[in-house]
Amino acid sequence: MILSLIILLNIILKSLALIVPLLIGVAYLTLLERKVMASMHQRRGPNVVGLFGMLQPFADGLKLFVKETILPSSANTLIFILAPIITFLISLVVWAVVPFDENIVFVDINVGVLYILAISSLGVYGIITSGWSSNSKWSFLGALRSAAQMISYEVSIGLIILCVLLCSGSLNLSDIVDSQRKVWYIFPLFPLFVMFFISGLAETNRAPFDLPEAEAELVSGYSTEYSAMGFALFFLGEYANMILMSTTVTIYFLGGWLSPVDLVPFNMIPGFFWFGLKTTSILFLFVWVRAAYPRYRYDQLMRLGWKIFLPFSLGWLFFISGLLLGLDWLL
Amino acid sequence: MENLFFYFFSILSIIFSFFVIISKNPVHSILSLILVFFNAAALLILLGAEFLAMLFIIVYVGAVAVLFLFVIMMLNIKTSNLSISMYRYLPISILFGSVFFSELFVIFYFDLVPIDVYNLSLFLNFDYLYFNDWENSVSSQNNVLALGLVLYTYFSYLFVVSGIILLVSMIGAISLTLHRRNDIKRQYIYKQLGRNFKSAISWKY
Repeated sequence: MILSLIILLNIILKSLALIVPLLIGVAYLTLLERKVMASMHQRRGPNVVGLFGMLQPFADGLKLFVKETILPSSANTLIFILAPIITFLISLVVWAVVPFDENIVFVDINVGVLYILAISSLGVYGIITSGWSSNSKWSFLGALRSAAQMISYEVSIGLIILCVLLCSGSLNLSDIVDSQRKVWYIFPLFPLFVMFFISGLAETNRAPFDLPEAEAELVSGYSTEYSAMGFALFFLGEYANMILMSTTVTIYFLGGWLSPVDLVPFNMIPGFFWFGLKTTSILFLFVWVRAAYPRYRYDQLMRLGWKIFLPFSLGWLFFISGLLLGLDWLL
Repeated sequence: MENLFFYFFSILSIIFSFFVIISKNPVHSILSLILVFFNAAALLILLGAEFLAMLFIIVYVGAVAVLFLFVIMMLNIKTSNLSISMYRYLPISILFGSVFFSELFVIFYFDLVPIDVYNLSLFLNFDYLYFNDWENSVSSQNNVLALGLVLYTYFSYLFVVSGIILLVSMIGAISLTLHRRNDIKRQYIYKQLGRNFKSAISWKY
């Protein structure tokens, strides 16, 4: 009894140690986005609350927390309440398998890649149910767009991940990072890295593929009818998914916690520092793309996914498997 | 502890399968179907077949159920009339249910319990039966490796055949829905990209 209590407490403390930094990271990601976009627009950005506006995310969070939760009278109440909770929970659950450093991982399961793929493919449920249950045109259109977009780009993401798996010969995330000790996969697989990054933008509904919440046409997409905490949960889930996407880019292509060169001054720095640095640079790319590019039209988005990325990643899969098989490089 | 989880997930899956049938709103039915899939995946994890569990979630929950939900949300059905449909389909559902239930027993007796077929006296004498230790025989090696070793060697023929069946159904679906309309304006990317300054503006004398 005592033993199982201790195990339970251990699990709870570990998951808190994972979730709380994640939420703080999400909070500061919003600040990073606003600050970086502000300097790209040559303005100041948030600078009133706290030093350099460092407390702005918490002020925003508090504002959303104390606002009134409005339930539309024509909404399907149960699903309307459940949808943001599902989105938020799914964005947290994925982090159980992410290795931050050698042996610093919540659970090191054998099918970690598939786990991330499976759970992140569930993210579409929160969006689609929220759009349907709001019983509003804008929400429903946004949800349909988002669902179609996420399903389309999951295909190319899956094929690109297959290429990485062929090179590393394992479904375990730590093994994938370990197999990049000689060379990071970004160098041999650079076109795949670019495609994965763009697919990641589409998968997380970010600009230039933020059609689900295209504010010019659809008010705010699937989160139109949400207020206060419901909206905040969607927001948190979306940004946590962004961090997750850049983490997977780091693990698959940028060598995870490995230092860029295996020499003395770089070896001394602990691995999670490199991991965080790489993830943050990918996040900066996300923000940069948002500030730099205009939004795609929806048929252009679908064309890019199905007619360009799908054949191209399929061709790369054939090429890489043929190369590995022919030269006997399979692990 | 594992028994506790087994009962938890199996009871939940039975409850949600009932909800799939009895709930009046079709969207609620689909959402409970998704929960049934989840519980089945959890049972697979308890068996030690984590690769199959993940594939189950990716294929059924991530792809199939999303399309179900997509279609049903587009239809303008708010509630289905429960009293009529329930009893009309009862006989055929009992038929199918009994077929599947008896199939379960057939599997248990002939596949999971290894029996010497030529010595049928063992079949009735339960003292000699021993159960295959499936968990150990599966998890003694890597889950993915074990599947790949049989899938690409002994069952490679069936693997290719199932792939071809999927391809045929895909082509069928495409040919059913593909009809090119000529009365709308289209955007041809290659024509747009092929334009340049000289070909865009021309003098006509």
